[in-house]
Amino acid sequence: MTETTGHPMHELEKVVIRFAGDSGDGMQLTGDRFSVSSAIFGNDLSTVPDYPAEIRAPAGTLAGVSAFQIHISDHDILTPGDSPNVLVAMNPAALRANLHDMAAGSTLIVNTDAFVDRNLTKAGYAANPLADGSLTGFTVFEVPMTSLTLEAAKPSGAKSRDAERSKNFFALGLVSWMYSRPAELTLDWIASRFAKMPTVAEANTLAFKAGYNFGETAELIGGPFTVKATAFKPGTYTSISGNTALAWGLVAAGQLAKLPVFLASYPITPASDILHELSKRQNFGVRTMQAEDEIAAVGAALGAAYGGHLGVTTTSGPGMDLKSETVGLAISLELPLVLIDVQRGGPSTGLPTKTEQADLLMAMYGRHGEAPLPIIAARTPGHCFYAAIEAVRIALKYRTPVIVLSDGYLANSAEPWRLPAVDELPDISVEYAAGPNGPDATFLPYLRDPETLARPWAVPGTPGLEHRIGGLEKADGTGDISYEGANHELMVRTRAAKIAGIAADIPPVDVDDPGGDAEVLVLGWGSTYGSIVAAVERLRRRGLKVARAHLVHLNPFPAGLGDAVKRYPKVLVPENNLGQLTALVRAAFLVDAQVITKVQGQRFLYSEIEAAVLAAMEAGA
Amino acid sequence: MTDIDVPITTKKDWASDQEVRWCPGCGDYSILTAVQMLMPDLGMRREKTVFISGIGCSSRFPYYMNTYGVHSIHGRALPMATGLAVSRPDLDVWVVTGDGDALSIGGNHLIHALRRNVNLTVLLFNNQIYGLTKGQYSPTSEEGKVTKSTPFGSVDHPFNPVSLALGAEATFVARTHDLDRAHMMGVFRRAHDHQGAGFVEIYQNCNVFNDGAFEKITAREARPRMLIPLVHGQPVRFGDTNELGVMVDRQGQAHIVNVADVGEDAILIHDERHDDPGLAFLLSHLARGPSEPTPIGVFRAVDRPDYGSLLNHQVVAAAERFGPGNLTELLSSGTTWQT
Ligand code: SF4
Repeated sequence: MTETTGHPMHELEKVVIRFAGDSGDGMQLTGDRFSVSSAIFGNDLSTVPDYPAEIRAPAGTLAGVSAFQIHISDHDILTPGDSPNVLVAMNPAALRANLHDMAAGSTLIVNTDAFVDRNLTKAGYAANPLADGSLTGFTVFEVPMTSLTLEAAKPSGAKSRDAERSKNFFALGLVSWMYSRPAELTLDWIASRFAKMPTVAEANTLAFKAGYNFGETAELIGGPFTVKATAFKPGTYTSISGNTALAWGLVAAGQLAKLPVFLASYPITPASDILHELSKRQNFGVRTMQAEDEIAAVGAALGAAYGGHLGVTTTSGPGMDLKSETVGLAISLELPLVLIDVQRGGPSTGLPTKTEQADLLMAMYGRHGEAPLPIIAARTPGHCFYAAIEAVRIALKYRTPVIVLSDGYLANSAEPWRLPAVDELPDISVEYAAGPNGPDATFLPYLRDPETLARPWAVPGTPGLEHRIGGLEKADGTGDISYEGANHELMVRTRAAKIAGIAADIPPVDVDDPGGDAEVLVLGWGSTYGSIVAAVERLRRRGLKVARAHLVHLNPFPAGLGDAVKRYPKVLVPENNLGQLTALVRAAFLVDAQVITKVQGQRFLYSEIEAAVLAAMEAGA
Repeated sequence: MTDIDVPITTKKDWASDQEVRWCPGCGDYSILTAVQMLMPDLGMRREKTVFISGIGCSSRFPYYMNTYGVHSIHGRALPMATGLAVSRPDLDVWVVTGDGDALSIGGNHLIHALRRNVNLTVLLFNNQIYGLTKGQYSPTSEEGKVTKSTPFGSVDHPFNPVSLALGAEATFVARTHDLDRAHMMGVFRRAHDHQGAGFVEIYQNCNVFNDGAFEKITAREARPRMLIPLVHGQPVRFGDTNELGVMVDRQGQAHIVNVADVGEDAILIHDERHDDPGLAFLLSHLARGPSEPTPIGVFRAVDRPDYGSLLNHQVVAAAERFGPGNLTELLSSGTTWQT
């Protein structure tokens, strides 16, 4: 297909597009293909899907709406964008479910063929919004996508019911033309993806081309626009979601630790994709087991860790609840174990497909007894890869369970990710105990490394190290059962000191404060990273002095955090919960940190953080 | 598994230096002795042997074995043992559990370990009571049982552990009792040698909280009339003079009959290798409880690949088919682009 003819090309810095339709309309695929062509075109981008919790919500209803948002830009961006500039709505429900996110003046592209009485009723519209004037203030393009698709696909010979399913490719073609995305990439992809179904391939190709040409010939569509390529750091890039990055991080960690990975998990939204991805990686020596329940999953992972493998379990909040007793056992046995919690809205079943950051205090305190463990939070999809490696490093070196916190937003959103040079990744391997360490060739399973306080990792099969341990309190050194009070206190304090000591083995807190004289520190953790960075940049452009720090290690806190939160007159903590890091910071450092909250199952928009920081600064001024 | 260089050991080599702390007279002692006496004969190395238990009186067992051992948490011995056995097929992994541990809080794990056929030897000490928590009824206690938590009698219907294991299609299922060391050792050896999950229910007397629960059938003088020994390929017969037998009627129901009344040919021939667990199931609930003639021995022993071997074969096959994993290739396996 040729470059656009005759139309002036408008250059944009960035654009946010949302594709929305019924869950059967293929919106995720459409968004995904648009992302790939944008990435290859050279834009920075960030995407986020939004799909219904029900697998088969009734077609045409609000509950069945599936959407995919993409933010493309000519510069470095960190979020999928706040309010979309363009909404593609395939039916009335998609329009109704998404309209409240659209700012006045933004563009709506609607499939008018779907705006019939039946669908309007299902979406809860009393009158057709295209006709009743309620969309005044938006730029509305009415496109009969279904009929144009059917007409275009005729030569393919596809039955009309099948041909109709190609209408998402019509929409993709139209938007691809609007934003000057290269068509060839998508056409090549269609040819290979549907190679075994030539009729479908042909119908999709014809629909895509029809959409593309419709944009070019129909004067009613504004554009074309272009978003120039971003000046990326040179390298090879791929598009990665948080769940894939966690899975690959675990594969990498296994290689870097020279240990076979053993993953036991129970299916749970939104974590299951990590299990799926790792299940494909048997040739890396990765063993995956779909356990009978969450408790068995963590138990099997711990059993493998006892045997000298890299034991991992992945889950979400409800699974974390169930695993906590076994995590306590792992703390007592002092064995390496990695737990990944892809957080979702809670309590209970809560909002399975929606994001939240409300498991921090559970990760911190959700076990009986004094049971500290290290906690690591990933901050972007790509960072999930490194968070997994760091968790494994700490688990192995300190013989402790480590919790990695991701969330539903990171799990499914995607960004361009620069591939690391594999040979530059750290060696995180550790040694098993090889021989006796006590007097008279005895083995003392709880004799500690004086520096790390870690005990020996003595795996079955090693002659001379036979020993018995369990969840009962152990005598210092020998590991024999001990109910003695002073010994228990020593063990409680030693386990705590071991975890606290990790602070010396992680980077100190990194405060971003260009002028060094900021009036407020915005402190974050986890997936709020992108929105916080974008908000702080905007505040600085307003001339405000705002510092920023983002925690990857939540327990122990990195060195320097206490000084940082005491240094600034105001500390604001945006969190997708009611103030969990805020509570930890207040308790640890006795400062009046204030939370900025959002618990709607949705990530923060940067404008929300910007407004909250502004309000707090004004209130405090 | 054959390791010809295994050092010669005696019972003493397999006993740890820990003082055994069960109540005097507890049935657990004789089970421990049977296992310790058996170990030198199994051709296994101590360092390759692991005992994993849950919580309960019986779960103290690993502390007394001079092998590797984990005393885990209530009900969760099987998941841990599964992870270990699957990741380390070179090890000999034993699970020691009780009726509360395996059938109540850990019931789900038991049925799944058995259906998966994880390569483990599972010894279930059934004393029909909670001993460690000092005397509440258990999921194998008989209906009407008066305990601290059921002062007016239990209204719970009990599990039959052997029936449950057969229902989960366990590949090896046996029953023995704590008063017959030779029988225990024979059954344990077979469970151990079985490739896959070897499940053994052991009637174990808790002389403190449930004394004599099995006495009616396990007392020496009662055994000929009350225990029905199962021998593969042999008619199922018992009695002081072998006068009794088990017959299956045309409705598929099992009955105890006088052999003289029905003729020898009518007596059921025990077939532990039968693919269908149905006949074994019939035998497993011939007695409604340990007060009626009860079959002991091996109910079922069939071959089916174990879970760990299947998974580990897949891992080996994947490396052969796709080559050993290459991280750089994995990271660039999606759409990539250069800048
Ligand atoms: S309470 Fe019963 S089962 Fe437990 S050790 Fe004592 S006698 Fe044995």
